[in-house]
Amino acid sequence: MKKLLFLAFLIFSHATLAMDPVEYRSAEEEQRFRALAAELRCVMCQNQSLADSNAMIAKDLRLELLNLIREGKSDEEIKEFMVTRYTDFVLYEPPMRPSTWLLWFGPFLILGIGAVGVFMIIRKRSAAMPTKPASDNDNQEW
Amino acid sequence: MSTRLLPLLAFIGLALLLFIGVRMNSGKDNSAIPSPLIGKSAPQFVLPVLNKPEVMVKTDDLKGLPYLLNVWGSWCPACQVEHPVITRLAESGKIRVIGYNYKDEAEAANKWLQQFGNPYDLILVDEPGRAALDWGIYGAPETFLVDAAGIVRWKHVGPITPEIIEQEILPLLESVQ
Repeated sequence: MKKLLFLAFLIFSHATLAMDPVEYRSAEEEQRFRALAAELRCVMCQNQSLADSNAMIAKDLRLELLNLIREGKSDEEIKEFMVTRYTDFVLYEPPMRPSTWLLWFGPFLILGIGAVGVFMIIRKRSAAMPTKPASDNDNQEW
Repeated sequence: MSTRLLPLLAFIGLALLLFIGVRMNSGKDNSAIPSPLIGKSAPQFVLPVLNKPEVMVKTDDLKGLPYLLNVWGSWCPACQVEHPVITRLAESGKIRVIGYNYKDEAEAANKWLQQFGNPYDLILVDEPGRAALDWGIYGAPETFLVDAAGIVRWKHVGPITPEIIEQEILPLLESVQ
């Protein structure tokens, strides 16, 4: 049983060990660090967050992130720090601005075009159908 | 007739969109992040010179002439690939080439330079990689072109090729001089 527990510890502790750079000073600091590291995108690997990545630059940026938190910077200031150096690319949620409007609203635009198309087809078909249903066919079973 | 063709037309439209998307992105390196520094002053650093840790160089010390800042490390295989190209450019004397030894150890860096040659006017050492963050560096090789006034003009992520020198660096160098 002890062995099993130890094994379980080895397996499950690995995930956190990969990312924690040092010991946290408080639970609050740890929480902020984890939240921000999950929100920022690794610049090297790009399909991983800063928290997930083992890339060299991700480690450096995590360390910088912790330093910024300890310097008392707000979440916004920290994101600003990353964006001025590595562009909007580091944000998983891109900011709303004219150049990103297509990204934010494009899907709704396509949905709208589809809705108009469906509406037009329905109208065309209902116009083509006889206005009176063929009453003598009503009792026919299919 | 036209309504029966509608699904086919819609499919062709989507296929065309996919084709255009793929064509627009083919041959382009999507992993390269464009530098937000272009047109702005080069970030300030104070870094030691390789093998002369007592000599510290500031960004402003480099002003006066344009320079190419070439980020490299002995751990970086792609840096070996571009090294002959960088060497030829440095030997042509058209521009100062300054090495930025990124996250490397002095011993390994020196061994690498002995093996492949040292084309650099000056090599700055950033072992912790902290100053590199201000430059938006996230790997090696990366290369910046900074003009005489200390404004960043151009950045390239990945190895420099002779084509890049001919088509990008040299024309830009002429325009800033």
